[in-house]
Amino acid sequence: MHLYSTNYHRATSLEDAGKLLSGADDGKYIAGGQTLIATLKQRLAQPSDLVDLRHIAALKGIAVEGRKVTIGAGVTHAEVASSASIRGVCPALAHLASLIGDPHVRHMGTIGGSIANDDPAADYPAAVLGLGATVVTNRREIAADDFFVSLFETALRDDEIITAVRFQAPEKAGYAKFANPASRFAMTGVFVSKGEGGVRVAVTGAGSSGVFRHAGGRLVAAGRVRCAN
Amino acid sequence: MGVEGIGARVARKEDKRFLTGKGRYTDDMVVPGMKYAYFVRSPYAHARIAGIDASAAKAMPGVIDVLDGKQLLADGIGNLICGWMIHSKDGSPMKMGGWRPLAHETVRYVGDAVAIVVADSFGEARDAAEAVSVSYDELPVVTVAVDTLKPGAPELHPEAPGNLIFDWEIGDSAAADAAIAQAAHVTEIEIFNNRLSPNPMEPRATLGIYDGAEDHYTCYTTSQNPHVARLVMSAFYNVAPENKLRVIAPDVGGGFGSKIYIYPEEIVCLWASKKTGVPVKWTSDRTEAFLTDAHGRDHVSKVKMAFDKDHKIIGLKVDTIANLGAYMSLFSSAVPTYLYATLLSGQYDIAAIHCNVRTVYTNTVPVDAYRGAGRPEATYLLERTVETAARELGISPVELRRKNFIRSFPHQTPVIMNYDAGDYDASLDAALQASDWNGFAARKAEAARRGKLRGIGMSCYIEACGIAPSAAVGSLGAGVGLWESAEVRVNAVGTVEVLTGSHSHGQGHETTFAQLVSERLGVPLDNVSIVHGDTDKVQMGMGTYGSRSGAVGMSAIVKALDKVEAKAKKIAAHLMEADESDIVIGNGEMKVAGTDKSVPWFQVTLAAYTGHNLPSGMEPGLKEGAFYDPSNFTFPAGCYIAEVEVDPETGKTEIVQFVAADDFGNIINPMIVEGQVHGGIAQGIGQALLEGVHYDPANGQLLTASYMDYAMPRADDLPSFSVSHQNTPCPGNPLGIKGCGEAGAIGSPPALINAITDAIGNNKLNMPATPLAVWTALQAGQIRQAAE
Repeated sequence: MHLYSTNYHRATSLEDAGKLLSGADDGKYIAGGQTLIATLKQRLAQPSDLVDLRHIAALKGIAVEGRKVTIGAGVTHAEVASSASIRGVCPALAHLASLIGDPHVRHMGTIGGSIANDDPAADYPAAVLGLGATVVTNRREIAADDFFVSLFETALRDDEIITAVRFQAPEKAGYAKFANPASRFAMTGVFVSKGEGGVRVAVTGAGSSGVFRHAGGRLVAAGRVRCAN
Repeated sequence: MGVEGIGARVARKEDKRFLTGKGRYTDDMVVPGMKYAYFVRSPYAHARIAGIDASAAKAMPGVIDVLDGKQLLADGIGNLICGWMIHSKDGSPMKMGGWRPLAHETVRYVGDAVAIVVADSFGEARDAAEAVSVSYDELPVVTVAVDTLKPGAPELHPEAPGNLIFDWEIGDSAAADAAIAQAAHVTEIEIFNNRLSPNPMEPRATLGIYDGAEDHYTCYTTSQNPHVARLVMSAFYNVAPENKLRVIAPDVGGGFGSKIYIYPEEIVCLWASKKTGVPVKWTSDRTEAFLTDAHGRDHVSKVKMAFDKDHKIIGLKVDTIANLGAYMSLFSSAVPTYLYATLLSGQYDIAAIHCNVRTVYTNTVPVDAYRGAGRPEATYLLERTVETAARELGISPVELRRKNFIRSFPHQTPVIMNYDAGDYDASLDAALQASDWNGFAARKAEAARRGKLRGIGMSCYIEACGIAPSAAVGSLGAGVGLWESAEVRVNAVGTVEVLTGSHSHGQGHETTFAQLVSERLGVPLDNVSIVHGDTDKVQMGMGTYGSRSGAVGMSAIVKALDKVEAKAKKIAAHLMEADESDIVIGNGEMKVAGTDKSVPWFQVTLAAYTGHNLPSGMEPGLKEGAFYDPSNFTFPAGCYIAEVEVDPETGKTEIVQFVAADDFGNIINPMIVEGQVHGGIAQGIGQALLEGVHYDPANGQLLTASYMDYAMPRADDLPSFSVSHQNTPCPGNPLGIKGCGEAGAIGSPPALINAITDAIGNNKLNMPATPLAVWTALQAGQIRQAAE
């Protein structure tokens, strides 16, 4: 094929994934590959091994208990977009997922893969930050405010795998993006939520260091901007 | 005729294989011993090649050989050529710089090929290509047409001082100047026609097969005209004589002009097959396609249009610079001259026209014909100018156009073309009605209440198809004649094979050509097969481009059918002891008119092949061939109206209505014609709103080399189209056909930009009208208004 030759491994568990990666010369986790595979095809990366996380059972599934939402890191965009329980408590997130890429991308790409990559043109980082979600890994729990560091840079350590994203469903939320006419990636995207912690506004694509929280939330809280329904 | 003849809305015969993945494209071809090629390409836009070291690559696994341009030169393979000679106004011939299939001295654009790697697999070929070490001495770069003519600009070819290829003119300069001098009003405008990448769904590919035992070559290739490819490869590139070279263009997945030309890869793969002793296949990837497929458009023009006090256009003066890229592609010289400036009269009676065209070299991929080829450039220029004039004169754009329409035919324009037939009011009326033009003000007010800026714009286009009378194009510099050939073979059982020199790569010839045969011979569509695209089967042909297959290709079939029909009638008359002038064909039989005497069609055809009972002295068989050379171009025309809403906050344009009213002459299959119009408009919308090739002017790197950055139109960028036809038959060919393949791409861009500029109240807007461009123009317009 077009990419440099590489060894592909399908991990069966988190432990298995860790072992496979540490055993590789220059291995890389792949969790849908909707950025990584394109990068490999352009020969811009040459990992010795790819360790696929998409088939680990522990990373699957969506759980909604009351207003508490837990989405497994291996859940695809298509699953979030079509999930009745997500639509029930946070339709904005299902809407966001339905806008990602095309049907092929939505059936391959995962929420864990998206936020671990932290592309400023991706949609999920704005939602995770805008919802004040918690990123759960195999090592710890990281608040969204601490998770996204800069462009393509997160608080994840090399041996760390995202297992789930957890958040309290907001009272209301919305997502809008302005898509690049060619790629349809977000040139900028804004996620706004109103919940227990007040109004949060997260913006992607419009800053030089990746997704960030916008003062809009405080302005709404201060009554200086009206939050439309 | 019946449900399958001319005018019937027959579903396309070829779609079964296309839609079920059973098409056979060049990349699907597999032959024993076949190996794979990857081209080493220049990463620089302009550089001298200091040396090539392929030793490491040759030692890599699976590598059969690495071949370079010096070896190609040593084997006597010739330069690529431009096949249309244009002379500058000073009488000097165009300045054609040398184009080697593999550069060995100088590379002139990013993607210029310098070596070919042949290996057991595609991956091994690509890996080895990265290991070929080419040392370059970088040279200064120029990518923009107006920059390349400036003193001190880097020169690309020693043959072309100052990068000027030719400085050509058409029309009467003094008459145009005089008209401008005495005008009551002169509209001046600068027009940019953006550079486009053709993007057929199937990328280019080729398979070169050398048979050492027979000293014979076979070339599978993604071509719109395999016979021209064979002719050029034989006559100019010294690949092999024609009888030793078979060119096959099997199913081809779209061309839009970009597959007319002979590219380096076909030649090099054939040569490499002989050098290595194995069949060599190359398939372009998408980025390679962006880098190396010939681009389209890229004009910049200054326009002056003169009006008398009654708003009659009395003169037009145009000065154009056309960017031809780093080398002259096969028909590149014809596009900004005889396919462009000859259409600058549009649908209007203009007494004095003059157009000057300078073509230039830049460090970009060659530019050649792309859907419309010159006519979109002419139409965009003219229809934006007329619309601008209407705004300046404060009169309705409808009335300004009507005031100037040509209404008597034939009409000789001052720029060569002789329009044979048309009814421009009919298309305009139909478009106005379909768009509810008069109701626009209310729709605009309603949109304003929603915070949207609504605009409406039109374009009345004319184009020239059916290229073209061989003697005429020969006198203008064409290196080939532009006739077409056909052979109609009736089998002993009455089924029919038509061999045509036209080539179908999406046009539906297997259906429309069969409809013609069904109409004429009274046989079912299923009993007719169309054979094309193989130089061993079809003797000679000129291929498909310029919307010529109906007007020229089918006319050749008509001529061959006339001969078949005449002979069949003689046989039938003999069998029924009747006069041949009384014989009629229809519904699977031949009858004696006015009687109940008839003989089944298959019995006539069987008689032709048994030879048992034929008229005295008649040769057996029923097979006839013909060449058709047109007497004139054909002139499709029409009116397009676009209505848009612009979001003032983002500059995003939504097309809320698109109306096309076309005159294509007689129509064989309305469904296929509508499909052509839809596809053409989609590409026109692409040019107007989305598409644009960008090179970095500092270093010549292609910035739009993938779909991440080059915006192709998608389904949700397009509205539903309202399409109608107001046909005046073409008097110049037997079927009255004008051609429909390019009209959509020709007529739509100015209608869209006229609509957007109407919406935002600022005429300074270039294509593509991206949200950023529209938003910026909107702000500039508001600032200007505030200042006034």
